[in-house]
Amino acid sequence: MIPPNYFLILSVILFVLGSVAFFVKKDLITMFMSIEIMLNAANLAFITLARSANSADGQIIVFFIITVAAAEAAVGLAIILLIFRQKKTIKSEDIKLMKG
Amino acid sequence: MGYFLFFLLAALTVGAVLAMIISKNQAYNALFLILAFACLGGIFALLEAPFIAVVQIIIYAGAIMVLFIFVIMMINVRYGIPAEKKKWTIYLSIVLAVVLIIELILSIKGAFTLPVSTAIIKAGPTDLGRLLFTKYLYPFEITSILIIAALVGAIVLIKKKEKK
Amino acid sequence: MTEIFWLIPFIPAASTLILAVFGKNLPKKYVSFQACFAVFASFVIAAISAVGLLQTAHASYPLVKNLFSWIQAGSFQANLSLMFDPLSAVMALVVSGVGFIIHVYSVGYMADDEGYTRYFTYLNLFTFSMLILVMGSNLVLMFVGWEGVGLCSYLLIGFWFEKHSAANAGKKAFIVNRIGDAGFLLGILFIFIHIGSAEFTAINQAISGGALSAGLATLIAILLFVGATGKSAQIPLYVWLPDAMEGPTPVSALIHAATMVTAGVYMVSRMNLLYTLSETAAQVVALVGALTAVYAATMALTQNDIKRVLAYSTISQIGYMFIGCGVGAYAAGMFHLYTHAFFKSLLFLAAGSVMHALSGEIDMKKMGGLRKYLPLTYPTFLIGAIAIAGVPFFSGFFSKDAILTKAFAQGQDSAFYYFIWGLGILGAVLTAFYMFRLIFVTFHGEERIDPEIKKHIHESPKIMTIPLVILAFFSVIAGYIGLPVVLGEKLNFFGKFLEPVIKEVHEVHLSLQTEWTLIAVASVVALLGIFIAYVFYIRSPMIPRNLAARFPTIYKLLFNKYYVDEIYNAVFVNPTVKGSEIIYDNFDLKVIDGAVNGTATATGFTGKILSYFQSGLIKDYALIFLLGVIIFLAYLLF
Repeated sequence: MIPPNYFLILSVILFVLGSVAFFVKKDLITMFMSIEIMLNAANLAFITLARSANSADGQIIVFFIITVAAAEAAVGLAIILLIFRQKKTIKSEDIKLMKG
Repeated sequence: MGYFLFFLLAALTVGAVLAMIISKNQAYNALFLILAFACLGGIFALLEAPFIAVVQIIIYAGAIMVLFIFVIMMINVRYGIPAEKKKWTIYLSIVLAVVLIIELILSIKGAFTLPVSTAIIKAGPTDLGRLLFTKYLYPFEITSILIIAALVGAIVLIKKKEKK
Repeated sequence: MTEIFWLIPFIPAASTLILAVFGKNLPKKYVSFQACFAVFASFVIAAISAVGLLQTAHASYPLVKNLFSWIQAGSFQANLSLMFDPLSAVMALVVSGVGFIIHVYSVGYMADDEGYTRYFTYLNLFTFSMLILVMGSNLVLMFVGWEGVGLCSYLLIGFWFEKHSAANAGKKAFIVNRIGDAGFLLGILFIFIHIGSAEFTAINQAISGGALSAGLATLIAILLFVGATGKSAQIPLYVWLPDAMEGPTPVSALIHAATMVTAGVYMVSRMNLLYTLSETAAQVVALVGALTAVYAATMALTQNDIKRVLAYSTISQIGYMFIGCGVGAYAAGMFHLYTHAFFKSLLFLAAGSVMHALSGEIDMKKMGGLRKYLPLTYPTFLIGAIAIAGVPFFSGFFSKDAILTKAFAQGQDSAFYYFIWGLGILGAVLTAFYMFRLIFVTFHGEERIDPEIKKHIHESPKIMTIPLVILAFFSVIAGYIGLPVVLGEKLNFFGKFLEPVIKEVHEVHLSLQTEWTLIAVASVVALLGIFIAYVFYIRSPMIPRNLAARFPTIYKLLFNKYYVDEIYNAVFVNPTVKGSEIIYDNFDLKVIDGAVNGTATATGFTGKILSYFQSGLIKDYALIFLLGVIIFLAYLLF
């Protein structure tokens, strides 16, 4: 069998790639996708460790994370759409309504 | 066989994510992401989590990404959006990412010595279902409320105000 | 039936609530009906309960109804509990009975006023507070009522608040009362510290058991009496009462003559064991009462404002009640309170009727010869004046005589009480004199009425005159339930009724002959005062003018009320105002405002700096977030 550290390292790589993507990409939609990547990296870590611990609870957590991610995606995308309607752009640097 | 599959899927996942970072077209980005999620689903299967693997593919690679593609279609930005200009924050974020990767690997160092578990775990759909409706009943029910709230919220946000 | 006595205060309370909440939308007729009915219902229950009380064994006094525990903090406990015993019964009957008559009178008097509903709301609230005051079974609840009536007094004095003088008079009453209340509150706290309870029964038991040393008793008694001087307008805190006449006349009759101002007398009678314990305190009470009785009477001699004369007269009569308390004749003091409630409210209401007839004129100099225009007001006013002057066979005579006889009897122990008696007699002459001066100047002699006003002159409507007649009736007969002891012990029904609550002390008996002599002296004195007034104002009106010209200093001193208001202003009010101004300029404007503005500036400055972090760009926020995660992880790892 494949040792768990392989999976964990993959999870770390995915997570960091996700966060880098968040900073590098410019449009809100792709930035939002990077967040999904990070979420998936976390899922992978959960399932790996659940496997090592011989427990199904980790999988349940992942199930919940996926559910919440779906809800989050719906609301997040709705907000992005709304921003686009009002400002006619989805470039993150053009959106600074909250500037102090 | 297991190792081969793992490395193949891992390489595909990382490659898809990298491609997403490099690509400037949002539609391609979404497709790369679908590839990455599908491969992750395979990796979940390797971890003996068949239910999650299927859910991953159906919900993530399927439903959520379809949502993304719909939004991309609705916004319909024809030109590719160039990557961020070389702003100092980007360099800083890359430095931070390196620090983060070191820290994360350090933090999972403890797991390196974990033995390979060969025990058979009960994590089939039946077992998960039983767990969901017994031990995790309340979180499960609360999640359903959350989804309803998200649904209503999304609709209210998107709805155009009727002109008087 | 006696158990329902606890309802007495709550009927007016309910009426107040209804009027306060829905009053604006209720028709006037309903408002007046409800307000009067609530007080009448209280009166009926009080009467039933009082009859029940007569049939109850003395040993079970007082009846106590504990409604709920109100304050409980450590060892301090105050219940919302009401008590009913003869003393409370007398007060409750007077408050609700006279209160009812005055409510009815007000329906006529206030008929055209804009604040009609507000007026009756306050009046019902007052009735409620006053009943709580007299029925509370502990000092704390009594204090609640005490403050409640003070509040209503303030509200009603300033009822026509658009008038500057009325608003000021209200403030004055409130502030002067605060000074007295401070003493009262201190007294309550001392009692609580040393006895451990504020319940009257517990206090009385403790005092009987010798829980208080004489010195401590004196201290507490004096402190409580300070409160009484504030509420009951005695020297030195009487100054608010004359100004309180700015309020509507029925209010003056109810609050500032019949009920609220006598709260101090009730309180002293309630705490009679305490005053019995401390001779010094009792002597202070008697002395203050006697001095006030004479002092206020002298001020009444020269006033031309019909209501102010009555106000000084009230102060003076309350002085008599305190003489009664001070010489140990608590029952006589309460008796005078009870008769005074009738004739003084009668006088005020009749004065209100005069004002009503003369379109609000209050200056006696612009009256005269009103007798024939006011066929009902005149005789009732006359009866009130006779009663207060102490002419035999009228109620005021019996009560005043009871007090003075007791004072004289006490004189056998200590000459001090002869002095008190002397002052009392002097006050009686003055009282008879100024009351009949009022009568003669107002109703007799030449007419000095403004011709414009004269056109509209008219007797008041029935709803105002009938209460006058009823009160006049009681002013005559009220005294017959407390006939002098010399006519037979049993005839002093009033004293007998109060006996279970009020332990008469120093039973000093006078010989029959002395008693008759005293009664004769009192009668002669009253008639003498009336005669002098007759000579001065009917037969030879030159005399008072000559006297005033002859002794301008004294006349001016009296006319300006001994300049006490001016002195208080100079000594207390102005320094306070000046001091406050200095503090305002230096401390408030510089230190407090400086600190406030400094805080605001500092906050603004910090905000400005922090706002640089708020770029509004999501990536900057995420970067900081990531930094946080890294630092947190580092903290966990190392």
